[in-house]
Amino acid sequence: MITREPVYSDVTDNVLVGLGRGLVLGMGNIGRAGSMTIQALAGMPLLFATRRQRRELVRQMFLMGIKSLPVISVVGMFTGMILGLQVGLELRRFNQEIYIGSAVMVSLLREMGPFMTGLILAACVGSSMAAQIGTMTVNDEIAALEIMSINPIRFLMTPRIAAMAIMTPVLSFYTCVLGVIGGGVVGLTQLNVPWDQYISMAMDIARMRDLFVGLLKALVFGILITGVSCYQGFTTTQGAVGVGQATRRSVIIAFLLMLVLGYIITRLFYDL
Amino acid sequence: MIRFEHVTKQLSGRNVLDDLSFEINKGEIFTIVGPSGTGKSVTLKHMVRLLTPTSGSVWIDGTEISAVNGSELSRVRERFGYLFQGGALLGWMSVAENIALPLREKTRLSEEEIGKRVAEALSAVGLEEDGDKFPSEISGGMQKRAGLARAIVNRPEIVLYDEPTSGLDPVTARTIDHLIKRLNKELGITSIVVSHDLQGALLIADRIAMLTGGTFVEVSPPKMFVATDQPDVRGFLDAQFISKKGLEGM
Repeated sequence: MITREPVYSDVTDNVLVGLGRGLVLGMGNIGRAGSMTIQALAGMPLLFATRRQRRELVRQMFLMGIKSLPVISVVGMFTGMILGLQVGLELRRFNQEIYIGSAVMVSLLREMGPFMTGLILAACVGSSMAAQIGTMTVNDEIAALEIMSINPIRFLMTPRIAAMAIMTPVLSFYTCVLGVIGGGVVGLTQLNVPWDQYISMAMDIARMRDLFVGLLKALVFGILITGVSCYQGFTTTQGAVGVGQATRRSVIIAFLLMLVLGYIITRLFYDL
Repeated sequence: MIRFEHVTKQLSGRNVLDDLSFEINKGEIFTIVGPSGTGKSVTLKHMVRLLTPTSGSVWIDGTEISAVNGSELSRVRERFGYLFQGGALLGWMSVAENIALPLREKTRLSEEEIGKRVAEALSAVGLEEDGDKFPSEISGGMQKRAGLARAIVNRPEIVLYDEPTSGLDPVTARTIDHLIKRLNKELGITSIVVSHDLQGALLIADRIAMLTGGTFVEVSPPKMFVATDQPDVRGFLDAQFISKKGLEGM
């Protein structure tokens, strides 16, 4: 049952009781959001069962991926340019600016590519997902689906989570490519690093493992953003104010969890 | 068919429903009236387990809907159609797609059969020409009628109507009332109607219940309802200029 009743509890002056309640509520939210995400992922094979579902998946991929391309292009390019400039200025002190290709490539593949992509998608796509589902919740549309015995998780969340799981790694790779190009442009125009030398240094350092770990991070971020945003949408209460709060919470929680999970994945794949 | 047994529902520390017990028979039109905020919609939501009682139980035939979950809950809900106050149409689908939704998702009917059923439902609510429009392109009253078409397209046994005529012009309101009556007579649909519109309730209901203070203060057929001396009912009737002879002019 998605449609949940509001939880009311008496106001307390005891700080410990308040903290305890907050902890229990928080754990409950994490559990429910996790269970919803697992249900949505489990429904993915059914996406290919009917034409309507396939069409919905393609529609979501278009909305989440293609419509985010302009902003991702700008962010990807400028992330690479900033990285190239900052690293290049430091390396120039030691006459080693030819290595900016390596630095830009490693930073983007391992961390900056998936992280910047995740940030943009959480802000653009995740927030709109939370707002849309939140509005549906307060307008009784989710309740209407439940009464029609249509599972709202399978109907609304599964196509979105599948689209994000596909598009986030693709967009992350695209961000990396544009970032490397941006770094190269800065190297060429401001640090006098020849283009072929820049690319050669970048490709020398690039390892498949870096690429795969980066894409894995992007995949996890995509699922995470959808899980958080849809959960916030499904649990929206209190009309328009609630929709605003759900949208805000979805972006903040997704940002924080991406930072934590990004660190954990890095730690798992790279030895100290 | 539908039975409430000592149902109490507490929201924000207040008993919205207070030890409410009643029974609705198969094929009946049961109308719940009462002032705003007295729990009429809350009562309706308990029937499909959108809300769960704080204490007591709700039964649909032999199944305690207030206690079931998962596939059993889905099976019980499939017997219901529900018209929400605002229509609750999905914004990115056309009116016809909205109406076809329960058929596409829950039945194995062919597209041809679905098209036929949708056309029938649209015609029943007077929206034959508006199937291709999106909810944002039609008025609130039309959205409500489209919601009604979606509620009945699956030919449910029980239809719950939450304020079906509020916000509609008097002519359309009476059309909806007659539609509820016709569905009840022709298809034997059990109808539970929550309404402020006593004129409509007196026209179509088999029994009218007045909800005040979390419980029914009067449950009786229309003729007895208008003749009662119960003070809350009397006040409600007087406010709508309905006298003890209220039915005579209708």
